[in-house]
Amino acid sequence: MLRLENVRKAFRSGQDIVLALGGVNLDLAKGDFLTVIGSNGAGKTTLLNIIAGTILPTVGRVSVKDRDVTTLPAYRRAQWIGRITQDPLAGTAPMMTIAENLALASKRAHRSLRLAITRRKRREMVERMLSLGMALEHRLDDPVSLLSGGERQALTVTMATLAQPEILLLDEHTAALDPANAAKVSLLTQEFVERLGVTTIMVTHNMEHALALGNRLLMMNKGEIIYDFNGGEKGSLTVVDLVDLFSRQHIVDDELLLEAR
Amino acid sequence: MALILIHAAEQGLLYGIAALGVFITYRILNFPDLTVDGSFVTGAAIASSLLVTHGFDPFLVLAIAFAAGAVAGVITGLLNTRLGITDLLAGVLSMIMLYSINLRIMGRPNISLLRTDTVVRIVAREFHSLGNMSVLLFVTIVTLAVMFILVFFFKTEIGLVLRATGDNEHMVIAQGVNTKRMKVAGLALSNGLVALSGALVAQYSGFADVGMGIGTIVTGLAAVIIGGSLIRSRKVVWMTTSVLIGSLIYRTAVMFALRYGYVIGFQASDLKLVTSLIVIVALVVPAFRERMARRVKTC
Repeated sequence: MLRLENVRKAFRSGQDIVLALGGVNLDLAKGDFLTVIGSNGAGKTTLLNIIAGTILPTVGRVSVKDRDVTTLPAYRRAQWIGRITQDPLAGTAPMMTIAENLALASKRAHRSLRLAITRRKRREMVERMLSLGMALEHRLDDPVSLLSGGERQALTVTMATLAQPEILLLDEHTAALDPANAAKVSLLTQEFVERLGVTTIMVTHNMEHALALGNRLLMMNKGEIIYDFNGGEKGSLTVVDLVDLFSRQHIVDDELLLEAR
Repeated sequence: MALILIHAAEQGLLYGIAALGVFITYRILNFPDLTVDGSFVTGAAIASSLLVTHGFDPFLVLAIAFAAGAVAGVITGLLNTRLGITDLLAGVLSMIMLYSINLRIMGRPNISLLRTDTVVRIVAREFHSLGNMSVLLFVTIVTLAVMFILVFFFKTEIGLVLRATGDNEHMVIAQGVNTKRMKVAGLALSNGLVALSGALVAQYSGFADVGMGIGTIVTGLAAVIIGGSLIRSRKVVWMTTSVLIGSLIYRTAVMFALRYGYVIGFQASDLKLVTSLIVIVALVVPAFRERMARRVKTC
């Protein structure tokens, strides 16, 4: 489904050149659920950016469904790739209403001069919002800027479902939410991933999540994949094992260790 | 007195179409577009020269003016999205290029339409039973038609994408949209309307002049801001209505200033200075108010 071959990304910072990704190889089959952990600056977000097409790799090849997409612009890749970031403000248009945001996500190809929100579509939207259990069904005509972070992120996940991507990129998408909302959005995402069997890459700082979810786990450091655990191997891992592996690599990251406690 | 108000209303509505164009770029696309100072004249220039030298139908030239304005908008859009020139500079460059082009179109700095048939004259002739009101009625119908077409457009699938492009571009890209193309389309629509307004104003006032577009962006902004401060709504139908009301208020104020302003030493040539000052105040006041509110809260 998704293949990265020797992907490198170098950023220029003043006189220096920083290698954000140093030759990453990755092959995901349809339905794979990959979790990625690593300290800050390990290259996790750069990896997602390169897959989504918001930045281009310096060297290497990215292919989706055996098609080379290395230089395909982000908007063209959006037909296969959905993405939810940490920032609850990123995935929705604030001045527009909930209904308008949902309408934007539900019609993605061959947009025309037909009315975007018909009565039938509104009924579907009410159903969708009812299933969220956040009382948003009465607020379809409220601008999204009035919603809380948790509500906006739940809406973003719903919009991603409507789009029915084949690859879903989750970039710490619950990190900015309070625990209750984080749990809700997390559950919502899981349901979505299981129901559609979408190939998923989830970047997280939460080692428990990284272990509990998915069938494959990557540990990254300094732009490289240092560990890659599959199915069975991953199942037998514990948080303690992960912390152990981290310290063996001399990766000291307060955030990671705090999460692990 | 009544006649002044009728004229102010007519002009408010005709310039209101240009203000709707400015509204599209400034409020919807979040793209401060200075092309309008040029494209307004392009509309007037094309309409006048086709009427005078080629004897075109006065209604047909309105459509041609719209198309010409749209092309100007596309050029600004391409300068910005394909060549990476910043939005303000792209607009300024187009505006300056249009100055020369407009002179080419007209062949001279101004064209009189006094001996030609114009839409205004046709309407006044056909509906002479309505007397003074015939032109106002026609202008109202045209402007409201433009407004309602816009309102409908912004509810369509493409219209929704255009609005979202100005609101959260990254999100729109993630929805599989080429936002560069949407910006170009929005600029085309905006400048098309501005040129249409220019063509109507030329036919209304009986002449086209190469300098008649100076300050279109500022008067457009004045209408958008005055209207927006009176009607605070996020609904497109209310936002567009507010733009027209803003334009009507602005034109009425201008009329009175020109007619009675001499009492306080006001000259017609001061108009652009005063308008710009009004826009500056209107732009600064909300930000200032917000800062004051925040200061009170933190105390």
